[in-house]
Amino acid sequence: MKSFAYHQPSQVPEAARLLGALEDSKIVAGGMTLIPTLKQRLAAPPALIDLSKLPGLSGIKDEGPTITIGAMTRHADVARSAMLAERLPALATLASLIGDPAVRNRGTIGGSVANNDPSADYPAAVLGLGATVVTNIRDIPADQYFVGLFETALQPGEIITAIRFPVPLKAGYAKFKAPASRYALVGVFVAQFTDGVRVAVTGAGPGVFRVPPMEQALAQHFDPSAIAAIKIDTEGLTSDIHAEADYRAHLVTVMAKRAVDAALS
Amino acid sequence: MQISFILNGRPTSVEVEPSMLVADLLREQLDLTGTHVGCDTSQCGACVVHLDGVPVKSCTLLAPALDGATLLTIEGLQGEPGSNRLHPMQEAFREHHGLQCGFCTPGMLMTAIALAQDKPNLTEAEVRHGLEGNICRCTGYQNIVVAVMAGAAAMHAAGGE
Repeated sequence: MKSFAYHQPSQVPEAARLLGALEDSKIVAGGMTLIPTLKQRLAAPPALIDLSKLPGLSGIKDEGPTITIGAMTRHADVARSAMLAERLPALATLASLIGDPAVRNRGTIGGSVANNDPSADYPAAVLGLGATVVTNIRDIPADQYFVGLFETALQPGEIITAIRFPVPLKAGYAKFKAPASRYALVGVFVAQFTDGVRVAVTGAGPGVFRVPPMEQALAQHFDPSAIAAIKIDTEGLTSDIHAEADYRAHLVTVMAKRAVDAALS
Repeated sequence: MQISFILNGRPTSVEVEPSMLVADLLREQLDLTGTHVGCDTSQCGACVVHLDGVPVKSCTLLAPALDGATLLTIEGLQGEPGSNRLHPMQEAFREHHGLQCGFCTPGMLMTAIALAQDKPNLTEAEVRHGLEGNICRCTGYQNIVVAVMAGAAAMHAAGGE
């Protein structure tokens, strides 16, 4: 690892100022992606800005129609939240399936959403629930946030402070995990609202995406049988050592059915 | 930079580079070589330590994260205070032969103890899910799982410590 300057700002505006002023600097939240990246010298930022001393960025708040989770909230805290287990259990389940216990004790929701790994779990929930990514300067709707491979709508100097999730009628998440990394080979998040259904897929392509034909079918009849015959096009899906595109496409339907099952149970 | 933390019950203060990994700090600077580095890619779990009471991978933790924190390493485990006995989880690994070469054992123990502290009556499925981040290349896990369940029961019989 190359050496770097280390900053631990105590206020969000100061963190944003440092991020803007220090060229090529990187934010470190839980570090579960950044530290391995630094160790492999895939990145060598001259400065790191550690968000762990910022007040008010951790915690899960029930606000009635929405639930807001602070950006520095660890996966383990989402997984074991009694409030989420009651109000939005699919999100707690999703968090409990990330990595392993030690990773869940460090990794943060803000870090995962900012990094936008194409196989990460949280982007499926953020897009599947139509959440809002709250930053130090604005609110970004999920449909505008995820741009592409590791790419988001975040601008230089912009820091995620929280994610605000609307509470659905029902929701479910199912993933087929890569056995070694436990990243999603394919993960599907399904959420039913009074005004429609959202289906979001992670792991299958270069970024998280929605499946409108499944959303329409589930809006008519919220049951796994409604989408059993819907296959997604392999065009643009990922083929790699773990799975070919056609297998990933197949898994999307299987995981979507399981996610609906989970939502109904 | 200067960092201060509680290491195995003792206040500790050291000068570190911000890029120093906790696993390297322990092994190279503090001579605590019980924490092992197996893969160095946060996969294998041989380097697991407890940071403020929860298991984390010390090969994927920058030293500044220790500042103001409490750290427990394998060297800090002990049986009943004042006794010369092993921690109940260590005793269970010995009794049930939960190791062969022993390289992964420090991380297995630290993860297992946290699992047992988290939940009083662990099922075998919970133990296997809980050990997902710890890799053993010798034993096939059967005896490790048996040892963790026995160790957890012994910890709770002894009052949870």
